[in-house]
Parts: sequence; C-alpha cells; structure tokens
Amino acid sequence: MIDSNKIYDVIVVGAGHAGCEAALAAARMGMKTVLFTINMSTVAKMSCNPAIGGLAKGHLVREIDALGGVMGTIIDETGIQFRMLNKSKGPAVWSPRAQADKIEYSERMLHLLETQKNLELKQAMVTGVTIENDKITGVKLFTGSEVRGKSVILTAGTFLNGLIHIGLFSYSAGRDGEFAAKGLTENLVSLGFKSERLKTGTPPRLDGNSIDFDKMTVQPGDAKPQPFSYQTKAINRKQVPCYLTNTVEQTHKILLSGLNRSPLYSGKIIGTGPRYCPSIETKLVRFADKTSHQLYLEPESLRNNEYYVNGYSTSLPEDIQWKAIRTIPGLEKAEITRPGYAIEYDFFPPSQLRPTLETKYIENLYFAGQINGTSGYEEAAAQGLMAAINAVLKLHQQEPFILARSQAYIGVLIDDLITKEITEPYRMFTSLAEYRLLLRQDNADMRLMDYGNSFGLLDKEVYEQFCEKRKLIKDYYEDLQQIRPDLNAMNQILEGQNTSQLKEKENLYKILKRPEITLDKLNGIAEHPLFESNNDNRLMDQVRQQLEIEIKYEGYLARQNQQIERFSKMENHIIPEKIDYSKIKSLSSEAKEKFDQVRPRSIGQASRIAGVSPADISVLLIYLKK
Amino acid sequence: MVITPHNDDTIAAIATPIGTGGLAIIRISGSKTLEIVDKIFKSKHDTDELKSWHIYLGNLFDKKDIIDEVTVSFYRSPRSYTTEDIVEIGCHGGIFVARRILDVILENGARLAEPGEFTKRAFINGRIDLSQAEAVADLIHSKTEISRNISLKHMEGQLYEKIERIRNELIDILSLLEIELDFSEEDIEFVERENFIIKLNHTIEEIEHLINSYSTGKIIKEGINLIIIGKRNVGKSSLLNALLREDRAIVTEIPGTTRDVLEEQLDIKGILFNVIDTAGIAETDDPVEKEGIKRTHGKIERANIVIHVLDFSNTLTKEDQSIISKVESLSNQKGLKIISVINKIDLDKKIEIEKISYFENNIPIVRTSAKTFAGIDDLEDMLYQKAFEGENKYNTSDVIITKKRHVEALKKCSGSLKRALKTSQTGLSSEFISVDLREALDSLGEIIGIVTNEDILKNIFEKFCIGK
Repeated sequence: MIDSNKIYDVIVVGAGHAGCEAALAAARMGMKTVLFTINMSTVAKMSCNPAIGGLAKGHLVREIDALGGVMGTIIDETGIQFRMLNKSKGPAVWSPRAQADKIEYSERMLHLLETQKNLELKQAMVTGVTIENDKITGVKLFTGSEVRGKSVILTAGTFLNGLIHIGLFSYSAGRDGEFAAKGLTENLVSLGFKSERLKTGTPPRLDGNSIDFDKMTVQPGDAKPQPFSYQTKAINRKQVPCYLTNTVEQTHKILLSGLNRSPLYSGKIIGTGPRYCPSIETKLVRFADKTSHQLYLEPESLRNNEYYVNGYSTSLPEDIQWKAIRTIPGLEKAEITRPGYAIEYDFFPPSQLRPTLETKYIENLYFAGQINGTSGYEEAAAQGLMAAINAVLKLHQQEPFILARSQAYIGVLIDDLITKEITEPYRMFTSLAEYRLLLRQDNADMRLMDYGNSFGLLDKEVYEQFCEKRKLIKDYYEDLQQIRPDLNAMNQILEGQNTSQLKEKENLYKILKRPEITLDKLNGIAEHPLFESNNDNRLMDQVRQQLEIEIKYEGYLARQNQQIERFSKMENHIIPEKIDYSKIKSLSSEAKEKFDQVRPRSIGQASRIAGVSPADISVLLIYLKK
Repeated sequence: MVITPHNDDTIAAIATPIGTGGLAIIRISGSKTLEIVDKIFKSKHDTDELKSWHIYLGNLFDKKDIIDEVTVSFYRSPRSYTTEDIVEIGCHGGIFVARRILDVILENGARLAEPGEFTKRAFINGRIDLSQAEAVADLIHSKTEISRNISLKHMEGQLYEKIERIRNELIDILSLLEIELDFSEEDIEFVERENFIIKLNHTIEEIEHLINSYSTGKIIKEGINLIIIGKRNVGKSSLLNALLREDRAIVTEIPGTTRDVLEEQLDIKGILFNVIDTAGIAETDDPVEKEGIKRTHGKIERANIVIHVLDFSNTLTKEDQSIISKVESLSNQKGLKIISVINKIDLDKKIEIEKISYFENNIPIVRTSAKTFAGIDDLEDMLYQKAFEGENKYNTSDVIITKKRHVEALKKCSGSLKRALKTSQTGLSSEFISVDLREALDSLGEIIGIVTNEDILKNIFEKFCIGK
C-alpha cells in the first residue's frame, strides 16, 4: 500500500471538511497529494447538524467558493432545503443556509476525491509525524509504516483522544461509532506542542416513522432557492421542509432529574464547551425562568428517515433523553435511533501557528480545522483550503497568502485564531468582522476570485464570467450617472412608489439612492440592458444587486473604507520576527508573556491580543522606533 | 501624553516648587538610585543598608564637604511610585541648597528628569493608567483646593468608573443590535426600536452631561478670568489689593498710576481667579495711557467676570456711563458676568445710584471700602456665586472633565451616538447602526481602553439564552 521511496508534496491527515478541501486544493494546484482517513466511507461527514451555511458561516462558504473550494458546489448539488437568512436586514448580513442530504454530500465529496488528478485517498491511522532539523519529512502510520512528504496538513477534527459521554457512560471514539485517533497528540506534545481539551455535543437522532409531524409547524425553505456557488446555475433538487416544535415544562422536569448523572454537571467532563451552542440541560440551568425552548426537526437525508433535533444537544443518560423527548408535542412516540452525546477531544491552541496555518515550531507542518479549536464545517473547510494554498505556495517558494480582516471572513477567522486565546470551540459571527458592511456574501467573488484564479483553483470559464460581471458593474455604474430619463415617465414611477416627484430631470444614480426605488421598479425607463425585463439571468441579477447595494449604501461603505484606511497603518506596521520581548523592560509582564506566545506579525495584530493595554502598544511602538 | 523610551537611566529632579520655602525635596528614581545615595549620604546612625519605607537623618556630602543636613526616604522597587527604586531627599529650603544637591546627584550618575518623567515612568511601568497619569500631572499643577479635590478623584479612578459605566451601557445597547444579526434564528425576543432609542438617548444625555462639565472643569483647573475696570482713580488697584490682602499693585493718589494690565491670581474658597487690574478708562492723549486703555478693551473680551468699580464719593460721569453700556452689551452678546462695585463708602456720598442702569438690569451691586475692607467679604461671596452661575454649576460629588483630550473623545463618542440615533430613525437595519455604536465605543476606548468583539459576544451569552 505504501511506497516508502515515494515523496509526496502534500500529505493531508483526516478527510473531514478541512482535509477534503485541503487535499483537493493541493492536488488541483498540481501537487502530488495523499489524503489519509481512518475510514474511507465517512469522508466529509456531517457529524452534527445536517446543514451547511447559516449566519456568518454562509459568508465563509461563499468565500471558499470564490477561492476555488468545493463546499459551495457540493451543497448546491445535495441541498434539500435552501434559505437566505436575515433577509429582513441589510444585505451585509444576509446569509445562505441549506439543509444537506448528508449521505449524498459525503458521497459526492468521495467522488471528487477519487476522480481528482494528483490525489490518492488512503485508509490509515496516522500516529505521528517525522521530522529532521525541525522540518517535516513525513508521517508515521499505526501499522508502523512511514510515508514521506514535503509538507503535512493535520486536520484531525474531534478524533484526537476523542472521548464520548452519554450520562456517566463514556467510551473512546472519534465520533459516534468510529475509532479515536491515538498517539498523534502525544507525538506532537513530545515535539514541543501544547495541547488542551475542548468539548462539544450533539442531539439525539429520531426515527421519522415515529414522529407525528401534524403536531408541528412546517418550516419550508425559500420558494426560489439561492445557490451557494457562483458556478451553480440553478437548484434543481427536490426540496423538503423542517418542522418546529418545543419543549414543555414536563420535559424540563425530566431532564433536570437526570442532572445528577450528567457528565457535564458531575465534573466528569473537563473540556470547555461552546457558549453559543449549549446543551439543553445547560440552557435549563442557566435560564431557569424559560418555560419552553424551540426545537427544529431537520431531515438528515432523503435516503434514510432520520431526523436531527436541533436545540436538543445533550449528554444526559439515555433513559432521561428518551423519557424527556416523549413529552414534546409530536414526539410522544418518538424512537431515538442514536442518542445525543458529548465528546471531548484534544486541540492545539492556534497561537502556535503562523498566519499561514503553518506551525511555528515545525516547518512545513500545518494545522487546520477543529484541531485548532474551531467548530463548524465551514470554519474547517476555510482553514483546510488556506493551509493547502499556503503549503503549496511555500513549496514553490512563493509569497504566503494571508487575507486581511478587511478582505474576508476567512481573514477574520485566521487572525482571531492565531491572536486570541481559544477558551471554547470558535465559531464565526458577523459581529466578529469589524468591516461587516464590506464583507458581504454577495461580493465574495469581487473580493477573492482574482486570488482563486491566480492559484489555478478556479475553472477558466467561471473566472471569465466573473470578469465579465465585474466589467458590467463598472460600466453600468457610470451609465447610471449619465442617464437622465424623461421627467414625466420618471415622475409617474416615483408617484407609484410614494416618493417625492422631481422638478427637473435627474440621473438614475441619484434616483436609486432613494430607499423606495429599486432597479426592477425602473423597468423600461431607459434603453439600457439594465431595464430590459427580458434580460433576466443569474449574471444580470447579480449585476443589478451589486449596483443597488453600492449605490444605496455608498455613504456607509465609504465610511468602512475610511476605517480600514485608518487602521491600515497599524496593520502594515510589521514587527520583526526575532524580537525579544523580555528585553522590553517597560512592558507589563502580562503583555510580555502574551506577545511572546502569540508573536504578533503586526502592531494591528498585537493590539487585538487580550490583556494587552494601549500603553503596552505605545511601549512596543517606542521600542520598535529605537 | 507623549511617551518616550527610557532604559536603565536613573533620573533626578527637584520635586518641590521653585522658590523660597521651608523645605525642598529632591527625588531620584531608577536602578542606580541606591548606588548614588550611598556615595553622597551618610546616616547619623551608621546604617549599613537603607530599608524600604524608612526615613533616615544624616548629612549630604559633595566629596568631603557637608552640603546640608537632610532626611532620606527610601522606597524599594516595585513598591514605589514609578515601581523603580526611589529615594526622596528632604533638605532645607531655598533654591541654592536644593540645586547644589541635585548637581551632586547628577555628577554621581543620574540624569536630569524631563518634566513629568516620574509620572510617565509610573504609567509605562503599569503603575497607573492613562487617565490617572493625566490626573497626577494636573495635581502637580493644580493651584487651589477644589482643583486638588478633582485631581484626587480622578486618581482614584472616578472618571474611569463613570466612563466604564457608560461603556457598559453601550455594550448592552450594541448587544441588542448584534443579537438581531447573529442570533436572528434564535428563540429570543428582540428589543423594539423605540425602546432602543430611549436607551440610546439616555446614554447620550449622560455623555453630554460629562461634556458640559468640561467648562466647569476648565474653570476649576485654569481659573476664571476676572477683570477689574472703571474710570481713573475709583480705587481699582486698592480693591484688588484688598482682595489679595497684600500690597502688590502700585497704588498712589495720582490718577493713571496703573498704566499696564496687571495679572494676579486669587484664591476664593478654592476657586482660582486670574485677576486683571487695568488702567483706568479715560479720554487721554498720553500714548502710554492710550496703549493701556487699548489693552484693557482687549482683555474685557476674554474675561468671564467683570468688576466695574464706581466711586461713591463722586457723581456719575460720561465715562462711567460709557463703560456701563459697553459691559452691558458684552453681557448680552457673550454672557459676560458683571458685578458692580461702589467703592470708597468710607467717604461722603455723591453718587446718584438711581441713575445706574445696573439697578434695573438686576446686576448685583456691592458696596465696599478698599481702605477699611468694608464689603470685601460680600464681594468675595458674590465672586464665588457668579463663578458657578449658569452652566458652570458644580457639585462636589460630580465627576468633572478637565482634560481637553477627554472632552474631545467624549464629543466624538456623542457624535457617533447621535448618528446612530439618526440611522435608527431612518429604518436602516442594525448592522448600519452598529457601525456608529462601534465608533462610539472606540472613542471611549481612547480614554479607558478598547472594547473587543469578544466583549460584546460575552455580554450576549451572559444575558440571552442562545443555542437552538
């Protein structure tokens, strides 16, 4: 199986959402790549929620797609319910989300991996890395074989010493029903890495035949599903609904009666879980006055009949899970197919990484995904893609690819990871992006496709279409400033939209600034492709949307651009890598320690480190000036 | 505050004000402090080693000569003001002794401290925060009781506390916006826009209140400009002397002695008054007097309070009436506060009080005799009262802004919040309002440190049940 003379360019360990993106990107960039997984039949598995996207996560998927990743196209092919979230808010926080047919998602990914040129998929457990002079030389397998590689990307997910808890029962597993990865943590720790423990959890799955959906509220998807990928022309798959129900007081009573056997409350679990995704028992304890909690039943696949109970993540004993679930309207006869559980796993605090996701201690070794303390398929995929791009660039001795916080959510994600202390599984929120109005899901292509193209990760056709779109937007923007439609015709439209009429001709750019006026309301107002009603295709839709957003929110967008400008001085102020912080006497000891640990790349990054005061930054600036 | 680098320098300076006084203190800070003191000081009790937080009596030497008998207090690092080793040498007052001791210290390896450098070190070494550092600088420069009171409050962090409270209010408000964006799918009741606007308005009011305190703070810190005017020989200089209770201005019987504008500082119940005595206003051909009168007019424009002195023992003249109409018009236009003083009540009355329009316009009239000190206390009361009239109302429990930098940051903050208010009224969604609120928080951060994205999320997770 293993040719010990063969030297791979890139070895990827773990075939989850990070590993698959990493392996595909490396191979597509022309690298001889191998992807190791403990189980070849469970690649890109959705261990928790059968959904892709969501608030801020949808942004990540759009960015992954614009850079040439595959998550967007696969969910478009396998999604069974699409929704654009936050549609009542401004465009910056619209976020696509889709329920996935998780079986098909996984199969589709397997197909891509198996058909990708330069890529080998192999089943094996990796137990360690091999190094020479602090530089990676390959990996060790649990069979004792060694595989040689120029760079290694570790994407181990929750598998490192994974420990599952259901009540006071616990067992070693990477996730439900799969081996945990043993040995790799210990190997890395022996090389000087620091590891810590995190916890996450998942709700029980139910047998659809045992659910009375008539007692629940139907939650349909959008009537006109919006695809994630810029490449997807349309969503053609069968769409199904989700169902909404809620806990009742009796549910709470039963759940609380199991607290004495809860691994979380008995002190058995030591890892920290996510605050934004608490177990149902945590919600009951922390918000005791709430008498009911919403639950969503989400289909896992059209091929099976299992439902995911969103909002009911739990590690209470099996008997309690079962008794409590049957108090819920519509679930009186519910059968649990798989119980909910909590899982603890090792992660490596990502302050040990460079902004390229390469480790600081071992050259050409990269970490991506949950091994860095993140949660979420989208966060993982983004890191996998970025790690692979950087690994390849480094092998080619090219400049690293680092996205700024002002460029992409991916930039925010990685900067947060390497800068901030991770105390719970990290997930993306729109509020983490300072320049939220600019980092929209609609303009991910404008922000990132040039990069994707330069790495050779985008199909030629996709990039050309994007270039056309970009040109149209620029041209039409100028056109709108020039076109001054007939006064009477214009006033007729304005009157219809209950907005004040004009005294003299006005250009369309100014008219579009009015909140009531959108391009579709101006059909036929001028002889221009923008106002031809038969000119409806996805490209034209996108062009119209970009123009409207750019024109309507111009003032706010300009302000955010000014903010970027203001902070760019700090972001561009690079700190030399070899600086000895212990020698800067006037730094507070906390700042010394934090700076030394994080080794910030720029003053901007340094200022975001928790526990660092503005005075510390001043002192650092003074020291650098000397 | 400009921060400049420092390394292992040991610094020294005379810590007491320059001038004659009973005692002077010279302060040394830095790693070489003990080494230097060892070379120049000999304790009377043959102490081998100075103990921290102890005071020693002994002689200070320049080589073999005794310069002075001094006390030496030692504060060992890090339990000192700068967190470095500090020695304070108390010597006899007078500029000469202190200067000579300082010279000896400098010859033995210290460097002369820059102004404010001790405080700067305290700040850089993390002993005090920026607003405390600024308050210390103010304390050093503060001239009167109330001013000292405010500086002390700042040092204890009252400003910090107050602004932190406002900041927490803003974080709460921002959280309300952010949950609508990041947690819109959650089963949470979102706050009505109206409620949000009420909260925002409340915070704006608090900030405006602080901003308004700046004019009071400025008065307390920099003093009130008080000008004394009147025609010649009504006793302006005598009145000033009576207020100062010492002879400073030149007083003679010859009209026009005070040819230039004199400035004095006056402490009335802890309020600092910068008093400007002026040349008498009269028609004159004397070029020196003309220049003096021109300056007087310039000074009136910059004054906060004007005392117009009239002569009890003379009838009102055209000159008196022209001054009255001049200050009354300034009072109407620029809010100049007027006190009229009828001086020389120890002499026989000739003035026709009913002809003075101050009477009708409710401008206070105080009767004094600079010669006998009659009415001087009344004048002091009136000055104190006028100082805090109107927008300068001062309550000793108030937090008052005295720093330009602080008031600028607060103004920026208030501006951002007002924009947020406007944005929220146009019906734009939360992410737009959030831009303004985050800017407001950044402005407060200029005073007490930044708010991170995590601070906001933490607040949300603490207060709302998240996680469907």
